[in-house]
Amino acid sequence: MATKSLKDISLDGLWKNNPALVQLLGLCPLLAVTGSVVNALGLGLATMMVLVGSNLSVSLIRNHVSDAVRLPAFVMIIASFVTVAELTMQAFTYELYEVLGIFIPLIVTNCAILGRADAFASKNPILPSVVDGVMMAIGFTVVLVLLGALREVLGQGQIFGNMELLFGPSAADWKIVLVESYPDFLFAILPPGAFVGMGLLIALKNLIDDRIDKAAAAKAAPVEAGSKRVRVTGKIS
Amino acid sequence: MALLTLSSPHTHGPNRTSRIMLTVALATLPGLAVMTWFFGFGTLINTVLAIITALASEALVLKLRKYPVSFFLKDNTALVTGLLLGLALPPLAPWWITVLATSFAIIFAKQIYGGMGNNPFNPAMVGYALVLISFPVQMTTNWVTSFQVSGSDVAGFTDALSIIFAGASSTADAFTGATPLDQYKHLISKETSDELLQRNTFNGWLNGGWEWVNLAFLAGGLFLMARRIITWHIPVSMLAALGICSLILGWDEDLYTPLSLHLLSGATMLGAFFIATDPVSASTTPTGKLIYGAGIGILLYVIRTWGAYPDAVAFAVLLMNFAAPFIDAYTQPRSYGHSKPKRGLKPGEKS
Repeated sequence: MATKSLKDISLDGLWKNNPALVQLLGLCPLLAVTGSVVNALGLGLATMMVLVGSNLSVSLIRNHVSDAVRLPAFVMIIASFVTVAELTMQAFTYELYEVLGIFIPLIVTNCAILGRADAFASKNPILPSVVDGVMMAIGFTVVLVLLGALREVLGQGQIFGNMELLFGPSAADWKIVLVESYPDFLFAILPPGAFVGMGLLIALKNLIDDRIDKAAAAKAAPVEAGSKRVRVTGKIS
Repeated sequence: MALLTLSSPHTHGPNRTSRIMLTVALATLPGLAVMTWFFGFGTLINTVLAIITALASEALVLKLRKYPVSFFLKDNTALVTGLLLGLALPPLAPWWITVLATSFAIIFAKQIYGGMGNNPFNPAMVGYALVLISFPVQMTTNWVTSFQVSGSDVAGFTDALSIIFAGASSTADAFTGATPLDQYKHLISKETSDELLQRNTFNGWLNGGWEWVNLAFLAGGLFLMARRIITWHIPVSMLAALGICSLILGWDEDLYTPLSLHLLSGATMLGAFFIATDPVSASTTPTGKLIYGAGIGILLYVIRTWGAYPDAVAFAVLLMNFAAPFIDAYTQPRSYGHSKPKRGLKPGEKS
């Protein structure tokens, strides 16, 4: 496998091969905890820590683990990092840990992480693996936060609520109430709203890709007026 | 007058979509009139609002999709979706509930799936379910106790307008409340059936106006059947399944909602004749229609009796919409020239 440049790796993680929008991996936590920005960001950061750690470790041991037992080994590594993330959250952001509940331990089963470990980190040196982990995690987190923001705005008419859970008491007044006395739009808060929001984000990404492709195609081969005609008898003005 | 005998081929007056949909719309008018008579102008205002929203959303999406706008608007399907939603929503629901439900129905349930004829779910019911799970309070308490029956006369045109658009809830509280189905379900554990029926909602006899609403929709449905726009299969099997469930499982009216209330209250008749029979999302084969209708009837009874919601036409119809393609695949009739009908899929075969 030809080694990719760091720039390509970054672009893959952030956009072209975004774990949430393109690979559609890790949808369970993605859909379950994105009710608000703070939940999404909390889970995104925890996932980032696990993903970077696991990519680094898997890359380190990639020449010492036989193929037959590589998946159990990877899962052990991921599980260890999830435990670390869980204990860290218990120590520093206990309320957020309570809010996210089961979805922190469930990071172990996030296919995006095992997918990166097996598809990338086990075949690449340390630096590309770490960059890949960081970029994939950023791509994942950005989607989480976007979806969280979308659902918080639609569901509760506010944004950045409860940020003190993650950033300490000084963040308590970050909350921006967009609509006063907003009737809670339960659909956006409940999981069905996450599916619809996710669908809209994927559609948006495809739309942007489509525009980019079309612009590139138009640039590469500018269409001449009349050039499609088999026999040109006169110039079309 | 000379009688001309022309040889075939004869031209027919074809049943175009636009005409079918217009007939469906016409058939709902008795129900709309009776609802307005019993529950005030709220229903009428919300129906008009829903129709306008439906047409506007449809036009917007068609324009975005670069489809001919007026051609598709003229097929009247958006009109019927808006109309059915307006009839299904509570009479005094605030305007934003109507607008949200209708635009979601058209944009998400219909156009995103490809527009007319391609939606797997009944758009009106998707919109209704959306607002029902999102705003349970507004959706279950904005029903009007029929003022024709209770004697109060507060739901005049301007009152209804101010409640719907300005949210004048203080005046609305005096005469809004739960539906008969809702009240019966929640109070029957505390009172006997006779005591319960003395309440304002029921007003001593049956359903306090709801029976006339349902009878009007039944009349409209029979008109559709006479015009051969719907067949008898779905309404009959749905009402029969609901009735049989109610007779066998809920015969004791001091414990369960009685059969009369099941059949003539809530959205039963509207659902049976106008919603379950949606030609796009319903089952299409004769046997399939019977199974589909019976499924709706059973689900309707189950959710009404043991579920959290007082009425369940939307959920029952949506759940059976899921099953409709599967039912169709296994109930294909034998086609002419073949000895056996082709049913289901063989392993590895693509549909």
